[in-house]
Amino acid sequence: MSTVDTRVARKPAEYKSDINPIWCPGCGDYHVLMSFTRAFAQLGLPPEQIVVVSGIGCSSRIPAYTNCYGFHGVHGRSLALAAGLKVTRPDLTVVVASGDGDGYSIGGNHFLHACRRNIDMTYVVMDNHIYGMTKGQPSPTTETGFDTALSPGGTRVRPFHPLVVALASGANFIARCFSGEPNETAAVLVEATKHPGFSFVEILSPCVTFRPDEKKWKDLVHPAPVTATTDPGKAARRIMTDDGFNLGILYRGNREPFQPAVGATNIDLSELEKDFEL
Amino acid sequence: MSKTAGSPKVANLNDLLAVAYQIETDAVERYNLLADQMETHNNAELVKVFRDLARAEGIHGEEIRRLSGDFDVIAHARQIAKFERGESPEEAELGSAHYLMTPWHALQLSLAGEERALAYFKSIVETAKDQKVKDMAAELVEEEAEHVNLVHRLLRRYPQPSESWAEDLDPPVPQE
Repeated sequence: MSTVDTRVARKPAEYKSDINPIWCPGCGDYHVLMSFTRAFAQLGLPPEQIVVVSGIGCSSRIPAYTNCYGFHGVHGRSLALAAGLKVTRPDLTVVVASGDGDGYSIGGNHFLHACRRNIDMTYVVMDNHIYGMTKGQPSPTTETGFDTALSPGGTRVRPFHPLVVALASGANFIARCFSGEPNETAAVLVEATKHPGFSFVEILSPCVTFRPDEKKWKDLVHPAPVTATTDPGKAARRIMTDDGFNLGILYRGNREPFQPAVGATNIDLSELEKDFEL
Repeated sequence: MSKTAGSPKVANLNDLLAVAYQIETDAVERYNLLADQMETHNNAELVKVFRDLARAEGIHGEEIRRLSGDFDVIAHARQIAKFERGESPEEAELGSAHYLMTPWHALQLSLAGEERALAYFKSIVETAKDQKVKDMAAELVEEEAEHVNLVHRLLRRYPQPSESWAEDLDPPVPQE
């Protein structure tokens, strides 16, 4: 992340744009936006030193609602865009926002390799276990028995386990939050941003329109009973065996972030261009 | 999880004023957020109700600021008034918002918030060791009790809607 400017106490409102979100009333993503602005204020970074990058989906609207630099990219490609940005502008703090469809399905392969590369950025996935924007198709994290007209008889497919995949692929920081706890989520986002390397934060964010049953999440979530481990083996066991509602920082790795030296190759671009001349 | 879980520690009068100020500020933020949502979804009646509630809470916040005199209550609130594993007691539940909700529903949210704030300040009266804190908390209890009464009075204007209030002839859910 960029150097923290401690001289100015900032307010969350400074990071909010003038655009009103068009999410459904009651959507968990409102809370996530609140957590973003609270976290940015706690970090004390000027808005122009933060970039929020996203793909497509309800959650991916978030860059427009912040006052930071933003990039609303193509479906599933937010991590590729963010990686390019961070590698060329390591001075910026890069936060990537996605949903379970955009992040785990369309962008699933980018997810694996972003974890593996371990570039210093924070990846936030607002997981509601459904494709909300396109009216309720099952997503990779939808439960097997989700039985609707769009998935008659249930999906009959085992849901994707993003935290396990992140750990196995090399993410350096893994946490799970609940949108209904914006203060706690903001605190985790601050830690995730400060932690070197690729930080993955899954936020359970209910879709009140297509998954009204998710309103009960607020009664199911609970703080993780143990503190974060630095041991990937222990983390794997914990994440594999928890109930999916364990909140908090679950893993803090110590891998060196990948950051190629920008401009260190001494390659003259005009020389390269010659090969492509017509 | 309880909305008052992990409440900040109130050791002296300044702490209490800071926490009270933060509670009002959070309530303003939340009501304005709900008003914004309703604006987006063309529920003009609710926009007015939520903006009025935000204005009322803002006035209370200013009163606390005035009571604090030269003491920088805002800076102190930023430092100590953190409600962990929950939110300020007076914040309305965002998850309860619905695009077809009525003023009755909005006032129910408000009532729940005021009652939580009342219970919070009551708990401070009961547990505080410092007499000044006890006295100020008792004043805040009085104030919150007045707010509860006010919401009850407003509710007389807006009767409970029929059970079909959420019925939409063109619903967004295609799954049935």
